[in-house]
This record gives sequence, C-alpha cells and structure tokens, in this order.
Amino acid sequence: MMRVQKRKIEGSIALTFSTLAAFLGLFWLIFILGDVLVHGVKALNLDLFINDPAPAGVEGGGLKNAFVGQLLITLFATLIGVPVGVLGGTFLAEYARGRKIARVISVLADIMVSVPSIVIGTFIYAALVKPVGHFNGWAGSLALAIIMVPVVLRTTEDMLSLVPWTLREAAFALGAPYYKVITQVVYRGAATGILTGILLSIARVAGETAPLLFTSFNNSFFSVNMNQPISSLTVTIFQYAMGPYDSWHEQAWAAAFVITIFILILTITGRLIIKWRYR
Amino acid sequence: MLDQIELRVKGLNFYYSGGIHALKQINLPIYSNQVTALIGPSGCGKTTLLRCFNRMHDLYPGNRYEGEIYFVKDDILSPDTDLISLRSRIGMVFQKPTPFPMSIFDNIAYGLKLKGIKKRSDLSERVEKALVHAALWEEVKDKLNASAYDLSGGQQQRLVIARALAVDPEVLLFDEPTSALDPISTAKIEELTAALKKDVTIIIVTHNMQQAARISDRTGFMMLGELLEFGDTNKIFTAPSEKLTEDYVTGRFG
Amino acid sequence: MPALFCCFDINKRRTMAISFKNKNPVDVIFSLLTGLASVSVILFIIGIIYVLVSESSLAMGRFGIVKFLTSAEWNPVKEDFGALTNIYGTVLTTFLSLLFAIPVAIGIAIFVTEIAPNFLKGPIGVAIELLAAIPSIIYGMWGLFTLSPIMSNYIEPFLKKVTADIPLVNILFQGTPMGIDILTASVILSIMIIPFTASISRDSFNLTPSVVKESAYAIGATQWEVVKNVVLPYSKLGVFGGVVLSLGRALGETMAVAFVLGNNHRIATSLLDAAATITVTLANEFAEADNDVYLSSLFYLALVLFVMSFITLAVAKFFLLKAERKYSR
Repeated sequence: MMRVQKRKIEGSIALTFSTLAAFLGLFWLIFILGDVLVHGVKALNLDLFINDPAPAGVEGGGLKNAFVGQLLITLFATLIGVPVGVLGGTFLAEYARGRKIARVISVLADIMVSVPSIVIGTFIYAALVKPVGHFNGWAGSLALAIIMVPVVLRTTEDMLSLVPWTLREAAFALGAPYYKVITQVVYRGAATGILTGILLSIARVAGETAPLLFTSFNNSFFSVNMNQPISSLTVTIFQYAMGPYDSWHEQAWAAAFVITIFILILTITGRLIIKWRYR
Repeated sequence: MLDQIELRVKGLNFYYSGGIHALKQINLPIYSNQVTALIGPSGCGKTTLLRCFNRMHDLYPGNRYEGEIYFVKDDILSPDTDLISLRSRIGMVFQKPTPFPMSIFDNIAYGLKLKGIKKRSDLSERVEKALVHAALWEEVKDKLNASAYDLSGGQQQRLVIARALAVDPEVLLFDEPTSALDPISTAKIEELTAALKKDVTIIIVTHNMQQAARISDRTGFMMLGELLEFGDTNKIFTAPSEKLTEDYVTGRFG
Repeated sequence: MPALFCCFDINKRRTMAISFKNKNPVDVIFSLLTGLASVSVILFIIGIIYVLVSESSLAMGRFGIVKFLTSAEWNPVKEDFGALTNIYGTVLTTFLSLLFAIPVAIGIAIFVTEIAPNFLKGPIGVAIELLAAIPSIIYGMWGLFTLSPIMSNYIEPFLKKVTADIPLVNILFQGTPMGIDILTASVILSIMIIPFTASISRDSFNLTPSVVKESAYAIGATQWEVVKNVVLPYSKLGVFGGVVLSLGRALGETMAVAFVLGNNHRIATSLLDAAATITVTLANEFAEADNDVYLSSLFYLALVLFVMSFITLAVAKFFLLKAERKYSR
C-alpha cells in the first residue's frame, strides 16, 4: 500500500505543476491585458481621435492620421484579400475537391499562414515600392492582403467541406448549374463559417506591423492618398514606443489599447459565432 | 457447484450527471469462479452496472451511486475505497481492443510496473505467463517488442485480456468483448473465458444471446435499468419465470 | 446539365469533374476564376522566391553562399556583410523561447484536457485563444515598458547572483543587466508561442480515445500515469508537429523581439547581451539601407529566413498530417 501512496503523491505533484502552468498562462494574459488597459485608459482622450500629431517633442496632438490610415490599409487589404481567399477556397472545396492539386494548394496555404510576415514586406517592397520610387499605401494593403488570402482560403475550404454533399445533389437535381449551386446554396450553408473566418483574418492583419514597415511606411501628416506613404497605428506604436518622449509613449499605449480592444472584440465575436452556429 | 459469493450488489441505484436514473434497486450476487452474463436490450443499464464494479463512473464528474456493492466484505462504493487498488483487483476488457501505444511486452508489463515489479526477469516471467494464460503466447513470442498495433483485432483483444490477467485480478469485467471481432476470434475468446474461470470470477455484458447461453453459468436479464430476472443460465434460457425474459431470449424483441 | 454528372458516380462523389464540354459558359468562367484565385497562393510563393533571389543576386555574387552564412561581419560602412550574427540571434532566441514555452504549454494542455473541472475548461481555453490573438507589437511594447525593467531590476541581478559561483553557467549571465537582451527577448517570445503550442497539444491530447484512457484506469493507473504513459505517447506526433510549428513561428517573429533585443551584430555569449535576429535587422535597417550592396544583403537575409521557416513549417505540416492520418484510422 505504501507504493500506491507514493504513486499518488508523484501524480499529485505532476498534476500540480500542470495546474500551475495553466495559471501561469492565465497570469500572462491578465498581466499584459491589464497593463495595456491601465496605461491605455489613462492616455485615452478625445484629442487622440480628432487631432493629428504635434511636432516631435511637443505635448498634445493626436493620432487621427494613424487611425484613418490604419482603417484605409486594412479596408483595402480586406477588399483584395477576401474575394481572392473565398474564391480560392471555393476551388479547393468544389471544383478541385479530392484532387491532388487541392491537397497541394491546401498544404502550401497552411505554410503561407505562418511564413514570416516581414518577408512578405520585403517582397512587396521589391515589387511595389522600388519600381514606384517611394513608399505607398497600396503596397501596405497588398502586403496585408497576401497574409490574408491563405487564412481566408483555408477557412472557406473547411467550411464548404462541412456542407453536406446531398445539399448540392438536391440543387443539381433541380437543374441548377454548378456555379449557381455554389453561390446560391453552398455559400448560404457555409455563410456563418466563412464570415467568422473573414473576421478572424481581419483581426490577424489589423495587428500586423512588420509587413508595413517598408511598404506603407509612416506619415506624420494626415493623408488619405494611398499612392503616398500613409500612417498606421501599428507602425506608429513602434516608432513612438522606441522614441524618446514621454508623450509619445503615452500615445503608444493609447494606440495599443485601441488596437487590442478592436482585435479582441473581433476574435471574441468570431468565437461566439462558431460556438453558436457549430455546437 | 460450490456457490461462494464474491460480489454482492445491494439496493444499487445509479444516477448519471444529468440526473438520469440509470440503475434502479439492483440486487445481485456474483459467484466466485463462475461466469455471470448480463443481457438485455440496448440502453437497459447492463454496461452501466458493469462499470460500477470498478467505479469507472468516477472518472466523470457528477455521477452518483446509492446502495452497496460488497467485494468479499468491503463496500466498493464507500468513499474510502482506494480506486487504484480496487482496479488492480478488478480488471476490465472493453468492446474494442485498447492496446496502449507501446510494444506487446510493455503493454502487459505496464500493470506489473505500476504494482512495483521492476526486475526484468520477474517481468518476463509474468508477461509470458499472462500471454500463455490468454492463449496468445504462441502467436507473439517471437515479436514481443513489436508494436501492439501490429496485431490483428482478435489478437489485440487477447493481448488486452492478458494485460488484465497479468496483475492477478480476482474479478474480470468483460464489456461486450467480442462485438468488434470476427467469428473465429470470437470463438477463441469464448474458449478463453471458459478456461479462465478456474482462476477468476468473470462478469460479461453481451448482446449475443447464444454467447451468454454458451459461456455463462448465471445470467441476469435487465430492462430499463432494472434487473428483471437472475438465475442459472439454463433456467433463464429454457424456463424463465418472467414473460419479458422469455420474449427477449427467444428473440421476440430486442 | 447531364454533362456535369457523367464523371462522378455515387462512390466517387468526393471528386468533382472538371470538364468544360457542354457546360454553361458562366460555370466555366466561374471555375476558372476560382482556380486562378487558389493558384495565387502558389504564385505568391514563386513570386517571393523569385524576387528575393533576384534582389539578393548582387550580394550573392559578392559574398557567395557559404561565406555569407558563416561570416560574422555586418559592416555597412565597409559594405561587408555576413548572416552569421543574425542567424545566431534567431536560432538562440528561438531555442530559448521554446525551452521556456514547451513545458508550460504542455502543462496547460494537460490541465485543460485532463484536470480542469468542466466550468474552468471553457474560460482557460478562451484565455489561450485570446493570448494568441494579441498582436505581436503589443507583446513587444509591453516587453519594453513593463517586462524589461522587471528583468533588469529583479530577475537578471538575481540570476547573476545565483549563478555567480557556478563555472560555465555564470558565463551566461555576464555583463550588466540592462533588460534589453537575449534573455528578455526570449521570455517575450516564449509567452507569445505558448498559446500556439498549447492549443495544438490540447487538440492532439483530445484525439486519444477515451476508451484507451479508461482501460489504463481499469488496471489501476493514476491520473498522472494515464497522461504520462497513454496520452503523451499516443499524441506525440501531433505535439511534436505543434512544437515545430511554434518553432517556425518563433523564427519569423519580428515585433515581439524588435523592442528588446537591441540590434547588436555580434556573437554574444551572455544572455544579458544585446543581439540581432534576421527579423530585427530587417525591421531596423531595411528602410534605411543607403546603398545597393547593403539592401541586397538585407534581401539575402530575408531569403535565408524564408528558406529556414518554409522548411520548418513544411516539416511541422508533415508531422501534423501524419498524426491526423494515424488517428483517423
């Protein structure tokens, strides 16, 4: 019986460590989120949203240019990335279903999801910045779109595969051509799933910094011209946090707060939709 | 037949975590060195009852027992029961073969190692004994280090029985052990069951009426969580006292 | 319409016929459009490789392959560039972060799948997902403003004191604790990859059939023995794939380390030294590179990183697919 006791004690020790690990993970989350929250709320004010940056070192000013720039870059990235991703996923799950090409593209897309985003930045720099001669907003949007495509493509593929085949057969039986079956029946069956994938992919790219550093670069002035360098929240956070002024640091916290809240809301909404639709 | 009682179920009620009353007032003796079969239509509670004997239900929160199951003289259902020791005395074999992701040898040595047997020669000896006992030795003696997944389904099931036997249990619980096997493997397991009862007490849950008739000494017929009839297998299958039992064993429903 | 059906019978319905004979013209256009969209993934990869190779050809010609990979020189003034310090920093921070992250991540996975009461499983799972959703720049900034002072004021002096008299180990903690160093960067990186590793490990653990776990309990194993001897061996392929995937992520992570690594091009022996990774060098120097060889060398670095992470991710994918196949048997 001593031996059973010993084994039980050994087990409790190991399981206690696992529990501690779990709470360590939780601890980091609370620590980081709490920190962003406390510093961010302190630095948050209306000026931040309605003013453009004050000259370096001067107190006050806001980040209107960065908010607007971030929105523009993300918006255009979404407008490019989502259609390509959804159509690409449609090909894999419908026209190429079960074919080797579908498997190959699917695996490559999975790899692309995790390819260093800064490498995509260098690629777009060579393709879209160097030829034009200056940094520009379109380059930033395209870099984010390239990150978005594989994410949306893979979710679309998975979600379409979940739609029962009999549903398609029923539509075929009514004499519908395949494209109508897909757009009118299959998409409808997978709509929530695809929408969730899109939300999560926006959340993913909205926080990206590295691919913007040398594509859309930064702009201390208000600009909505996508042909010119344009400011983004993330690049501004990098610049301000690394900068020497306390007022910059505060604004970096505020920007970090806004972007974190935005991304967490998107993520939680996505999770809730999945939970509500697919449980 | 020397009728010594190994396990006695007294007034057992069992509730699943959702509140479902799965076993109702079960009273049942299990005799030593006999095979007791539990039969009845799907959902009647026979597997639920089987899993009470080694307190498998404790793995999932919210399940609740009422009543007693005496194992010789201790109540299995008492909160003081040491589940680890209980389960090394009452072994279990499941519907599908459940080899662990290790070699054939290690699968069988696993329970022994848990018991603290470390010496290689002791382990080898007892592994061989268990495999011989489970009628698998001749088929695997040359590949003890191969993965257990390389065996056929029937061999895996006998491996699992050998694994359960290796720790010298007093009771073995069989939960439809042949339902996933082909007829030849089934026959081997049935022969094995008959041979094993000189050493252990066996409780077997089965869907297969012929199987119950062939291998068991006693049979309990269950329905809707109640034990409707219990007695000598011969009597249950030839002259049951309950109308429902008769209907079931003659295949009129189920 | 029958043309569409001619090539698939009920047994083969998972493969769709691509044949344009007698087909609705809109259908042909739509299928080509979707095909083009999905091939874009391949085009991106080819494009990235082509662009990186052609942009780095100048540096490749000047420094070759072996010399570039083994030279620790990084001198924009003399226009002499080698990747070694960057590769060293990348590999070292990645290795350390995995070292910190793996035990914690596996602990979390064990807790969530085996130990946690049901009412805790959900919240902790969500917390892990959220931790994974936080953008890396937030980790980086938090590292600079919050973690770095804690490291330099408390943890690093403590580690120095504890290891001062242990030969060899004390070399790792030489120098002034500044908080802007390899150790801090690795800690932040590890916090970042914990959620990836944990959620993939959790998914792998969940694939262990409960009946196999039950049969281990049934011969009297304790909960920990079931985890150690059944769940872990059963899911090792998936967990390994998850670890390699995290490795791939850590290799390419930029912003989480850019704030606290210091961009210092030398082979550091102390964990309290500043260093540079490929990503940090790119982030700090790319927009400022003022001559062709410099820029070309940076593209060359990006190519090295791309190849490293692509191979790592492909290996990870290979193991994850193998695990998937094994369990779906």
